[in-house]
Amino acid sequence: MSKATRQAFGEALAKLGAEHPDIVVLDADLAKSTKSELFAKIFPERFFEMGIAEANMIGTAAGFAFAGKIPFACSFGCFITGRYDTIRLSVVYSQANVRLVGTHAGVGIGDDGHSQMGIEDVALMRALPTMGVFQPMDARETELVMEYLVTQWKGPAYLRLTRQNLPDLYPAGEPFRPGKLLRVWSPEGPAKPEIVCVASGATVAEAVEAARELENTGIQMEVWNAHCLKPFDVEGMRQIARGAKAVFSVEDHSVIGGLGAAVCEALAAQASHAPVIRLGIQDLFGESGDPKELYELHGISSGAIALRAREIIKR
Amino acid sequence: MLPQELSTLAGELRVSILEMITGAQSGHPGGSLSAIDVLTVLWFQEMRGVDPDNLRPERDRFILSKGHAVPALYAILAKKGFIPAEELKTLRRLGSRLQGHPDRVRLPIVEASTGSLGQGLSVAQGLALGLRLQGLASRVYCMIGDGESQEGQIWEAALSAPKFRLSNLCVIQDNNQGQIDGFTKDVMPLEPIPDKWRSFGWHVIEINGHDIPQITAAFAEARRLQESGNDKPVFILAQTVKGKGVSFMEGKIEWHGAAPKKEEALRAVDEVLRGGRKS
Repeated sequence: MSKATRQAFGEALAKLGAEHPDIVVLDADLAKSTKSELFAKIFPERFFEMGIAEANMIGTAAGFAFAGKIPFACSFGCFITGRYDTIRLSVVYSQANVRLVGTHAGVGIGDDGHSQMGIEDVALMRALPTMGVFQPMDARETELVMEYLVTQWKGPAYLRLTRQNLPDLYPAGEPFRPGKLLRVWSPEGPAKPEIVCVASGATVAEAVEAARELENTGIQMEVWNAHCLKPFDVEGMRQIARGAKAVFSVEDHSVIGGLGAAVCEALAAQASHAPVIRLGIQDLFGESGDPKELYELHGISSGAIALRAREIIKR
Repeated sequence: MLPQELSTLAGELRVSILEMITGAQSGHPGGSLSAIDVLTVLWFQEMRGVDPDNLRPERDRFILSKGHAVPALYAILAKKGFIPAEELKTLRRLGSRLQGHPDRVRLPIVEASTGSLGQGLSVAQGLALGLRLQGLASRVYCMIGDGESQEGQIWEAALSAPKFRLSNLCVIQDNNQGQIDGFTKDVMPLEPIPDKWRSFGWHVIEINGHDIPQITAAFAEARRLQESGNDKPVFILAQTVKGKGVSFMEGKIEWHGAAPKKEEALRAVDEVLRGGRKS
């Protein structure tokens, strides 16, 4: 099965809406795209269409939180983070229990081009004190993260979701450990893998595909999923990096301030660690194109990851 | 309270504002003094359930969107017993709950952290929507500045509150006609203000923001409209004077964000205590 995480989000929201009467949802004329419409159809009295005015939507969500509600404010990631000053003061500094939902993450949206792509949203959100930043890798993990955001997380959070479908990867029966790195691919054999690869969101599937391909050429790469980019699993990261020849980070986001930065920050204080290869958008703009072509262009497709791995291991 | 009692109280609060800002040698006297008459009537006569010993969910709420005028709010909160009077001396000091701009985490009764202009009205709107959804009859008051309404987000909220029929929301614009870089008419003209809000779907009331009976009547009208089933939010345009009550500050842009020196403060306090008569 394969599903966009925005779709899984809309379905989870509709399901959680029935169990949690305090959930309210706001959208800025993109409910059909963010899939918040799935909630709106069932709970019209708890859905607020704010029109094309994201700053007002985000501030209003903060007010809802102060009245004891659990607001989800939804738009494309780039439009959410575009109202940074409102997020910074009305939501985060105010410690408003708001969930900001940014869909259409990264160059993976394809055709619409740079203006619609959330490419620096994780960096911006990570820079805000106490802000939680979450990015699930598939439909199942989206459900788990949503449940966590409604029932356990307190304070502001940002949820980053994809436009495009992603294959099912979450291991059946695997318990959800909030904030922790999860191994989603281990190469055969007892030896420590040469490469430890950490990915998040849409790039997890690419990394797993690359690891499969590399195994055929005798290169062992382990793949870990980070559903939580802040607070980042620093201890987990240090442990899994131990003994590796190289650490890879793969993200559909700028390498500045995103997953790659979180990995480097976690390892920086270690006396010695493997080199970190940050795959992602290398301080560039996005552009229109087929998502697969864009992943090739930016070096975050399975093929590009495998190629880079062979260059590093020289085999 | 009688108008004369409210007027005397506003005078006391003016003294408190001046002492606070002088003590800190930092703060915004101009916009605090222009707002204090409206805020005095609001907090000591109009708002319900703002009792420090018994804060209930159904209380009315106030958000100071023009956050730099917060000394006016701190003076009121001290007078009401939400904070000890002694604490006013900690304004803008390290570790104080009395931050330079309102901070709802340190001091929850301020309801919203503000200070980046243009944001408080959206938060007030969300609060009004949320309280109504809870089935509470609470009213939400929000004070904005005239300069502040140069921010686009104000107009996003001006557009949306009538859509949601928020008759429990009342905005007061402290129209003191000044901002940091000069007079609002020169920096970025705002007129015709009543026509703009009326055309956005608000019930507009124009008053002299230093006339206690007029302020009282405006708030009563706003409440009556909600209670009688009118569905428009209310916009009160309060014509005010920056630095009101201190002759050498009145209408002077330079007192927007400057603290008086000790001697100036003594003169100012003396003037306020003598009822605004020029010395």
